[in-house]
Amino acid sequence: MKTYDIVIVGGGPAGLAAAVAAKEQGIDKILILERDAELGGILNQCIHNGFGLHTFQEELTGPEYAGRFIDQVKELGIPYLLHTMVLHIDHRKRVTYVNQQDGMCQIQAKSLILAMGCRERSRGALNIPGYRPAGIFSAGTAQRLVNMEGYLPGKKVVILGSGDIGLIMARRMTLEGAQVEAVAELMPYSGGLKRNIVQCLDDFQIPLLLSHTVVRIEGKERLRSVTLAQVGQDRKPIPGTERTYECDTLLLSVGLVPENELSRETGMKMNPVTAGPVVDEKLSTDIRGIFACGNVLHVHDLVDYVSEEAGAAGKNAAEYVKRDHDQPEEGKTAPYEFEQEPGESAPIEIVVRGGVRYTVPALIHARPPKEDVTIRFRVGNVYRNCYVAVYVDEERILRRKKQIMAPGEMETVVVKKELLTGQTQTVTVCIEEA
Amino acid sequence: MFDVIIIGAGVTGAAAAWGLARFQGKVCVLEKAEDVCCGTSKANSGIVHAGFDAIPGTRKAYYNIEGSRMMEQLCKNLKVPYQRCGALVVCDDLNFSQGLEELYQKGIANGVEGLEIITDQKRLRELEPNISPGAAAALYAPTSAVVCPFELNLAMAEQAKQQGTEFYFNTEVQEIEAMEGGYRLETSRGRFESRYVVNAAGVYADYFHNMVSEKKIHITPRKGEYCLLDKGTGSHVFHTIFALPDKMGKGVLVTPTAHGNLLLGPTATDIENREGVGTTAEGLEKVMADSAHHVRDIPVRQVITSFAGLRAHEDGDDFIIGEPKDAPGFYDCAGIESPGLTSAPAIGKEAAEVIAKALCLKENPDFSELRKGQVHLSELTLEEQRELIRKDPAYGNIICRCETISEGEIRDALRSPLGAKSLDGVKRRTRAGMGRCQGGFCSPRVMELIARERGISQEEVTKAGGNSKVILAVTKEGTRE
Ligand SMILES: Cc1cc2nc3c(=O)[nH]c(=O)nc-3n(C[C@H](O)[C@H](O)[C@H](O)COP(=O)(O)OP(=O)(O)OC[C@H]3O[C@@H](n4cnc5c(N)ncnc54)[C@H](O)[C@@H]3O)c2cc1C
Ligand SMILES: Cc1cc2nc3c(=O)[nH]c(=O)nc-3n(C[C@H](O)[C@H](O)[C@H](O)COP(=O)(O)OP(=O)(O)OC[C@H]3O[C@@H](n4cnc5c(N)ncnc54)[C@H](O)[C@@H]3O)c2cc1C
Repeated sequence: MKTYDIVIVGGGPAGLAAAVAAKEQGIDKILILERDAELGGILNQCIHNGFGLHTFQEELTGPEYAGRFIDQVKELGIPYLLHTMVLHIDHRKRVTYVNQQDGMCQIQAKSLILAMGCRERSRGALNIPGYRPAGIFSAGTAQRLVNMEGYLPGKKVVILGSGDIGLIMARRMTLEGAQVEAVAELMPYSGGLKRNIVQCLDDFQIPLLLSHTVVRIEGKERLRSVTLAQVGQDRKPIPGTERTYECDTLLLSVGLVPENELSRETGMKMNPVTAGPVVDEKLSTDIRGIFACGNVLHVHDLVDYVSEEAGAAGKNAAEYVKRDHDQPEEGKTAPYEFEQEPGESAPIEIVVRGGVRYTVPALIHARPPKEDVTIRFRVGNVYRNCYVAVYVDEERILRRKKQIMAPGEMETVVVKKELLTGQTQTVTVCIEEA
Repeated sequence: MFDVIIIGAGVTGAAAAWGLARFQGKVCVLEKAEDVCCGTSKANSGIVHAGFDAIPGTRKAYYNIEGSRMMEQLCKNLKVPYQRCGALVVCDDLNFSQGLEELYQKGIANGVEGLEIITDQKRLRELEPNISPGAAAALYAPTSAVVCPFELNLAMAEQAKQQGTEFYFNTEVQEIEAMEGGYRLETSRGRFESRYVVNAAGVYADYFHNMVSEKKIHITPRKGEYCLLDKGTGSHVFHTIFALPDKMGKGVLVTPTAHGNLLLGPTATDIENREGVGTTAEGLEKVMADSAHHVRDIPVRQVITSFAGLRAHEDGDDFIIGEPKDAPGFYDCAGIESPGLTSAPAIGKEAAEVIAKALCLKENPDFSELRKGQVHLSELTLEEQRELIRKDPAYGNIICRCETISEGEIRDALRSPLGAKSLDGVKRRTRAGMGRCQGGFCSPRVMELIARERGISQEEVTKAGGNSKVILAVTKEGTRE
């Protein structure tokens, strides 16, 4: 079995940034496995502007942003395989992949970085009743058809869900000459970025119907109409509010699901809120030597943060390999234990309260950590004029006013490493009213 | 002039064609849809019923038992996924267990083997750990099984096709009238004539029957709605779990499918529209509520799709099989509601024997019981997979990530004797697009393969034939190319 220092599953922005960072730490035996025809992940189909404002201080398109990292990967001579699907991974960091040249292959990694990204929730996951004609697409599938294959899925469109992909596709389809009738959102707020609502809907006078859902889908062969209705606080349709829209296309932008089927196979600990692995401040999962970053860990809205997070994962994986942690031998200790320095005490738990849904990382091992700890999180509702507060044990160490916080936007706080000592038990992140 | 025309390429029509393939004769199948298995045969529970539910002495009871006995070997021969997982009919209250007793007695009268009533709680929970805490007793039917309905329907049709049976798709039968020595059928694709007709038109079978016979029959579509859960959830239960049946049918069941998904449903609602396969909010709610009644902790968040099928319920509440007295040569397979899937091989075999005898058809020496079938990459051992990909790298190119389906398998499905023509056709043959992302990832790729293999443009690719085009135009840039 061939052995690599670091194997990276997924060649999207996360996988690429992780590879570059690991290489810069002096690791040479790296392999990126990507199932698509090119590196770059979902960015290849995001041909709109707005990427890289943080990382490169300029507005790039998705493919341009990805291109910068792909260039680095190529310059650094990091090996990668395309058209290569990873089928299995296990807790001993063995990877099974398949492609046309090598067939079915098994390789051994000293460290594994999970960077598989996420997929879109489908209609079935929502259990929307009605017929099942042609013309119902997830927004990302439509985006691929339009931007990469040059096909227009339809001409009269209703969009369910105001996630970013849906918003971007509302604009894209309009620019292609399609008529977008409405964007309906079940929640009383949008799940997308504010700037996308302005630039993709408002600028084109596309109505955003909050607290609305699809109650009927008509058409046996191709979609003929969808009926929207307003929903009450219980999110159930309110009778009498139905309105039918004739259309040939329904796009669904109803959420992204981290693609963790492979991760689950290893038995690693998962967070039910993010549907991603539970990681510590090193982005290590609870299986020694397996790291995770990008959308597979938790859904990001900005790729800059993906790159940043993935860079850290790559660096930490490199350090893990350099410390020459050997493989747990067959039958030896349980693999399910976080990577930890000898003599480290129990980890610091990061507690969420008052509107914070989750944090990444979920715990901190090293005390003090080598670097300040960046904690990313999302809130579960819209909050206006509230404060983000962070406590180390009982002591409040940070309180920051925010005019608005929404579930669609990821928030970040940084905890200084000096504040986390051997005595620290918990860090709490919460939202506080004025 | 055909010897036999079969109306309908559902599992019943396909079984008749398969039965007739044992004989030498000129046979064709007329199907209004673009493919086999587009009616009720694609939307059912996929259970090979043991046969304890049917009233003794009815045709349903007879064909159910016969079909159930044939099914295991048939599925082996035809390479159709089949698992004899057994069934449990659970009852919450010992006071109602007389219902179980009645089923048990019916089953014994019908000749079902191995039936047993279990009241021992420990044994019940050993058999089925996730049965609801309220379950007090159960009827255990070890001969009950699950089968892949698409593959069964397809396999029988393919065997017939191999023996020269002609299939006319997109061909809707509109009128039938008797003529000298047979019947004349007017269709959307012209006139067909035949010595014999097999009426296997599902929920439309009464139309055709009533065109040739004075003894009228009447079919009501009885809708059943389902939710299907992600792969892997099938192990939530080991058996098909039924509640006690009521007058509308067997009630909502919870079952593993032949592919390891968990299936919940069906409901039972009489409707008027014979094309009314849309699901409803109330129906799906009922599926969820009723299934939670007999199985606990169903992982409902893993629902990947919902669908509905129509039972062809005839007023007389039984299958109508054979020739009406006033219409010799017109062989009805009407009112084929549940257990129609189970019964199909028995119905088809008998229809073929009766017709072959009437027409003095000779046996077909070339008929083979065995089907070569398709390669399924994910079912092979690592060594077999390696060998396969080495010989043909197309099997190393994974197109459907959720079900791990390769380009090679999709290509085979498009080139096979009754090749797929649409996304749904590929899906039913290979499972590409049937997984948790429901084709979000693979459908653009499958469309490419369909276009390539069938020599059409991607814009002509449909979801399920007819007017179900997937793409309606090219983009501005696309047209410039
Ligand atoms: C429509 C859309 C619009 C966006 N707009 C913006 C924007 O305007 N600005 C912005 O900053 N960010 C935007 N983003 C966010 C940004 O693109 C993502 O956060 C980023 O692409 C995530 O990177 P990733 O590497 O985690 O995942 P991905 O880009 O999804 O990459 C994952 C890669 O892993 C591969 N993979 C998965 N499983 C396997 C396997 N089993 N074997 C082999 N390979 C596998 C996949 O093929 C893919 O290439 C947008 C995202 C989308 C979807
Ligand atoms: C909810 C539900 C659950 C069920 N569960 C089970 C089960 O678990 N086990 C079991 O054994 N059975 C079950 N059944 C029953 C079983 O599915 C049916 O009995 C069986 O599929 C009927 O097959 P068929 O070929 O007769 O009908 P269909 O599959 O409906 O085929 C009829 C065909 O005729 C074609 N046709 C109709 N009109 C015309 C025309 N004018 N011209 C040309 N072609 C025409 C249609 O397009 C169709 O393809 C269930 C049924 C339902 C609805």
